[in-house]
Amino acid sequence: MKRILKCLREYKKPTLLTLLFITLEALIETQIPTTTADLVNSIKGFNGLTGDAASAAMNSVLRTGLTLAVMAVLSLICGGVAGYTCSKAAAGFAKNIRHDIYGKVQDFSFENIDKFSSSSLVTRLTTDVANVQFAYMMLIRMAVRSPLMVVFCIIMAHRMAGSLSMTFVFIIPVLVIGLALIGIVALPAFRRVFKKYDKLNESIEENVRGMRVVKGFAREKYENEKFDTAANNIRKDFTFAERVVALNNPLMQLCVNFNMVFVMYVGSKLIIESKGGYIDVGQLSAMLTYAFQILMSLMFLSIIFVVMTMSAESVKRISEVLAETPSLSNPGSPVYEVKDGSVDFENVAFKYSKDAEQYAISGADIHIPSGATVGIIGGTGSGKSTLVQLIPRLYDVTDGRVKVGGIDVKDYDIPSLRDSVAMVLQKNVIFSGTISENLRWGNPEATDEEIAEACRLARADEFINTFPDGYDTKIEQGGTNVSGGQKQRLCIARALLKKPRILILDDSTSAVDTKTDALIREGFRNYIPDTTKIIIAQRISSVQDADMIIVMDNGLVADIGTNETLMKTSSIYREVYQQQTADVATA
Amino acid sequence: MKNSNPSGKPGMNFKVLGRVLRSLVHHYPVLFPVALFCMAFSAVAAAVPAIFIQNIVAVIEEWFRTGDWAGAKPIIVRKLTLLVCMYAMSITSNTLYNQLMAYITQGFLYKMRGEMFEKMQSFPIRYFDRNKHGDIMSRYTNDIDTLRQMVSQSIPSLVQAGIIVIAVLFIMIYYSLWLTGIVLLGVVFMVAVSGRIGGGSAKYFVRQQKSLGVTEGFVQEMMSGQKVIKVFNHENQSKEDFDKVNTALFRDAFKANAYANTLAPIIMNIGNILYVLIAMAGGLFLLSGVKNISVSGLAFQVSIIVPFLNMTKQFTGNVNQVSQQINAIVMGMAGAQRIFELIDEPAETDEGYVTLVNARIADDGTITETDERTGRWAWRHPHNDGTLTYTELKGDVRMFNVDFAYIEGKDVLHDISVYAEPGQKVAFVGATGAGKTTITNLINRFYDIADGKIRYDGININKIKKADLRRSLGIVLQDTNLFTGTVMDNIRYGRLDATDDECIEAAKLAGAHDFITRLPGGYNCALSNNGANLSQGQRQLIAIARAAVADPPVMILDEATSSIDTRTEAIVQRGMDKLMENRTVFVIAHRLSTVRNSDVIMVMDHGRIIERGNHEQLIAEKGTYYNLYTGAFELE
Repeated sequence: MKRILKCLREYKKPTLLTLLFITLEALIETQIPTTTADLVNSIKGFNGLTGDAASAAMNSVLRTGLTLAVMAVLSLICGGVAGYTCSKAAAGFAKNIRHDIYGKVQDFSFENIDKFSSSSLVTRLTTDVANVQFAYMMLIRMAVRSPLMVVFCIIMAHRMAGSLSMTFVFIIPVLVIGLALIGIVALPAFRRVFKKYDKLNESIEENVRGMRVVKGFAREKYENEKFDTAANNIRKDFTFAERVVALNNPLMQLCVNFNMVFVMYVGSKLIIESKGGYIDVGQLSAMLTYAFQILMSLMFLSIIFVVMTMSAESVKRISEVLAETPSLSNPGSPVYEVKDGSVDFENVAFKYSKDAEQYAISGADIHIPSGATVGIIGGTGSGKSTLVQLIPRLYDVTDGRVKVGGIDVKDYDIPSLRDSVAMVLQKNVIFSGTISENLRWGNPEATDEEIAEACRLARADEFINTFPDGYDTKIEQGGTNVSGGQKQRLCIARALLKKPRILILDDSTSAVDTKTDALIREGFRNYIPDTTKIIIAQRISSVQDADMIIVMDNGLVADIGTNETLMKTSSIYREVYQQQTADVATA
Repeated sequence: MKNSNPSGKPGMNFKVLGRVLRSLVHHYPVLFPVALFCMAFSAVAAAVPAIFIQNIVAVIEEWFRTGDWAGAKPIIVRKLTLLVCMYAMSITSNTLYNQLMAYITQGFLYKMRGEMFEKMQSFPIRYFDRNKHGDIMSRYTNDIDTLRQMVSQSIPSLVQAGIIVIAVLFIMIYYSLWLTGIVLLGVVFMVAVSGRIGGGSAKYFVRQQKSLGVTEGFVQEMMSGQKVIKVFNHENQSKEDFDKVNTALFRDAFKANAYANTLAPIIMNIGNILYVLIAMAGGLFLLSGVKNISVSGLAFQVSIIVPFLNMTKQFTGNVNQVSQQINAIVMGMAGAQRIFELIDEPAETDEGYVTLVNARIADDGTITETDERTGRWAWRHPHNDGTLTYTELKGDVRMFNVDFAYIEGKDVLHDISVYAEPGQKVAFVGATGAGKTTITNLINRFYDIADGKIRYDGININKIKKADLRRSLGIVLQDTNLFTGTVMDNIRYGRLDATDDECIEAAKLAGAHDFITRLPGGYNCALSNNGANLSQGQRQLIAIARAAVADPPVMILDEATSSIDTRTEAIVQRGMDKLMENRTVFVIAHRLSTVRNSDVIMVMDHGRIIERGNHEQLIAEKGTYYNLYTGAFELE
C-alpha cells in the first residue's frame, strides 16, 4: 500500500485540492436545506398578507432565494472543481503507477522476468491499475465527503429541528447494520464469483485458441456441455450475490419512508402545538432532505468499502511487482571495459532457484581463448542455453566463477558487459517498426553503411533488398511478415551491430538453410576473426568446423574437443553425427 | 485479419436496445413483465407522497393558528396510515423487482453466454482465422459486463426515472401549469447541459478504451520481448517509448472522468437554482394574484407551492439519475451490438448424411452395425431409395484436381491430386505458404474446396457428416493446445470413454510416458494456461498421445514433432510407426528426417505439387527435394 502511494508524487496537489473542495461542497450542501427551509417558511408566511407586509415578505423570499442561488453556484463550482481535480489525481496516479511498474520491469534481471509471466504483467499494467484508479477516485471523492456529510447533516438537522432529528436514532443504526450484514454476506460471495468468472473466461479463451482441436476431435457438444455446467454454476453464485446486494435498495427505501412518516407525524405535531413557533413547514421538507443525504452518504460509504476490498487484490498484485528487487546489481566500483573475448568457466554450478533440487549446470570448467569459434551441442534440456546465459551475466552463477577477458563478470558494469557480449536469444523477438529501427537496437548511432555491412555478414541483405521498401520495410508485431529464417538473420545482424567481443548464437540459425548457415559462419571467420563466436546448434554441420566443440548432457559438460577428437571419444557426438549425415552421404 | 468492427461506435442504437428488451421478454415472458410492473409501481408510489405532503401541509395550515393538536391528529393519522400502506406496497414491489432483476440479469447473461458459446462452436474455422482472438474474447468479457450493467442498472433506472418524471409531471400539471412551465424550461436546459457534458464524457470514454488497447498492445509486445530488451541494454529507450503511450492514456482517462465527475454537481446545482426560481416565481404569483391555471382548479396557495418545490427536487433528481446512466447505456448498446453480431454470424453448414458407426465385419465381408466399440468402423450410407449401405472405413483418401482459395481470386492450391491408400504414409514438404497445411484443412473440411473432388473410402467427403469425418481423422498440429485439467484429462480428450490404461498406453506409444511420470502428480498433474508448465516439446508429445488414444484410421501430423529434439523424435517415431500400422498418415514437416521413411513425399511449391515419389526416388531425381535435403535450399 505504502509502496503504491509513493507513486502519487505530483498528483498530491490535485488530491489535496479535491479533498478541500469536496469538504467545501459538503459544507455548502448541508447548508442548502436549512436555507431552503427559510425560503419555504417565508413563502408560507405569505398566507393572507397584503400591502406592505406582503412586499416585505417578498423581499425576504428574494433575499433567501438569492442566498440559496449563490450557495448553489458555489456548490456547483466546488463540485465541478473537485470533479476535475479528482479525475486528474486519479488518472495521474494511475499513470505514475504504470510508469513505475514498467520502469521496474525494465530493471528486472532474467530471474525476475522468469517469475512473472508476460501476460500477468500486462494485466497488472492495465486491469489492475484501472481498478486502483477507480478505487482511488472513489476514495478521495467519497471517503472524506460521506462521513463529513453525515456529521454535518446531523448537526444542521439538530440545530434546525431539534427533537425532529430523533428520526436518525432509528434510521442510521438500521441502515448501518443492514449494509454491514449485506456486505458481510455479499463480499465473499462476490470474490468467489469473480474467481470463477475469471476461470470461465480463461476456458472460453482456451476454446477459441484450440478451436482446431475441438473441431478436429468433433468435441463441440462436449465443449458446450462443459461450458454450460461452468456457466450455470456461475449463474447460481452470481445470482445469490446480486440478490443479496439487491436488498440495499428496499433497505434504503424503508429508511427514507420511515423518516417521511416520522417527520410528518412528529413534525405536524410540533408545528401545530407550537403554532409554528418551534419549527415550521420549511423544516419538514428540510428534514426529508437531510435524512436522504445521510442515507446516501452511508450508502456511498458502503460502496467505498466494497470497492476497496475488491481492489485490494489489484493493489497486492501491483505491490508484488514494485516490491520485487532486481536480483542482479552493479558492483561497487565496476570495470567498464572488456579487454578481450576470452571466456573462462571455473567450476561453475548453477540452478534457477535456490529451492530447485537439481542443478541446471554443474562442474563446468571451460576455457575459451579470445577469437575462438566454439560450438555447443546437446539434447533439449541439457543446459546449453543456460550455460551461455551466464556469460553476459543474465543469471548469476550459484557456485564457481565466470570470467570474461580475465575478469569475473560480477565485477563489470552490467551494460558495458552486455554491450561487449552480444547474444542472439533462442526465443528471439523482432519488434514492430522498420527493419532499420530494429537493427539500430544494436547501435543507435549506426550509419546506413554499418547497417548494410552487418546485414551482409548475417546474409540478411539479400532478402532485405528484395523488399520494395528495403531497410524501411515495416515489421509487424511479432514479426509475422518475415519468415523464420529471415527473422533469425535479422536478429544476427542486430547483434553484430554491437561490434561485440563475444558473439553468442543460441540456436539462431535453425530455420536458415545449411548453405546460408555455412556462408554466415565463413563470414564470421573472415570479417570478425577477433570476436569470440559461441554457437549453439541442433545441426551438426553448424558446429562441425569449430575450434572447440562442447557436448552437453544433462547439465554436465560431457566432452570437449574438435570434430575429429569427439568422433573418437564422444559416443553422444558420434550418434548425433551419424544420424544427421548418413543419408546425405548415401545420396 | 478483420479489425474490431466499426459498428462499435458510440451512439444511441435503439434497434439494439429493442432487441435486448425483446430477448429479455423472450427468455422471461412472465418474470420480466412482472419486474417491469413492480418497477413502475414502486416508481409511482415514490411520486405520490408529494400529494400527501400537500395534504398534510394543508392540514397544518388549517390547524396551526389554533394550536389544537388533538383536533388535527386524527386527520393526520388517517392520512399517514394511508401513506404507510402505500409504502408497504411500494417496499414490497421494490424488493420484488430488485430480487427479480438480479435473477433475470444473471439468467439472461447465462443464456446470452450460452448462446454465444454454442453458436461459436458451430462457426467455421474461417471465422477464427479471420478474427483476432482478443476481439472474440472481449465479447465474452467486456461486452457481457457492459450488458450486465445495462440490464441490471440502466434499464431499471431508466424505467423508474421515466415513470417518476411522467407521474410527477402529471401531478405538477394538476397543481399548476405556470410553475410546471418553469420546471420544464429548467429541465430542457439541464438535458442540454448533460447532453453536452455526457456526450463529451462518452466520447472520451471511447477514446480511453482505444488508448487502453494501444497501451495493452505495446506492453504485450515489450513484456514478451523483455529478455531481448535486457540483452541490448535497451531499457531506457523502452521506458521513454512507454511514457509516450502512457501519457496519451492518461490524457484520455483524465478527460473522460473529468467530464463524468463534473456532470453530477452541475446538474444537481442547476436543480437547486431551479428550486430557487420556482420559490421566487411562486412567491411572485402569490403576491401579484396571478390566476393559477391547473387541472385541479386550485388557486395559488402555500400548500401548492411547498409540495411543488419538493417535486422540483424529485424531478431534477431523476434527470440527474438518467444523465448518470448515459455512459453505461452508450457502452451497453455498443456491447450488445457486438454480442448480437457474434450470435448472428452464420454457422458452418453441414449437408452430410453419411455417418460413422461401429461395425462388426464378418469373414465374408458383410458389415453389421453395432453399438459396441469393436475397433472397426463403417460408413453408414442412406440412399434416396431408402436403402442403407455400409462401407468399411479403411482410410483411403484421394484428392482429384483440387483447387482452393481462401480469398476469392487468390488461389492457394492448384490442381492437387493425391492418392493415399490405407496404411500409406504421405508426406508434404515445401516452404511456408506452399499450401501444405491447406491440404489438410480441406481433408477435414475446415475449409471447402473450390473445384475438384475429394473421396474418402470412395465417398464424396461432402456427403459425410462433418463431425463423423473429423472423428475419423486424428490431427496433431504444430501449435498444440491443451486444456485446463489433468494430463490424463487432456489425453482422454481424444476419446472420452477411454480408460486410464488406454490413455497410458497411448502416452507410451507417443513417447510421453516417461516425462509424464516424472511430473508432480504424474498423470494427475494439473495443467493450466495451455500447459504453461511444460516445454513445447512435452506439449507436442501429449498432443500426439491425445490423437493416439482416439485411435483414428487416418492421422494428420502437421509439424507435430517440430519442437522435439531429434533423439526424442526417434523414440516417438518408433511408437507412431507401430500405431500407424494399417493406418493412413499425412505428415507435414520441416525436418526432412521426419518424412524420410514416407511412402510418398510430395514437394510443394506455390500451391502446386512439383515433385512426388519416395525418398530414394526423389534423391535420385536430384531436383528440389535433393537440394533441400543436402541443404542447398532454405525452407521457410
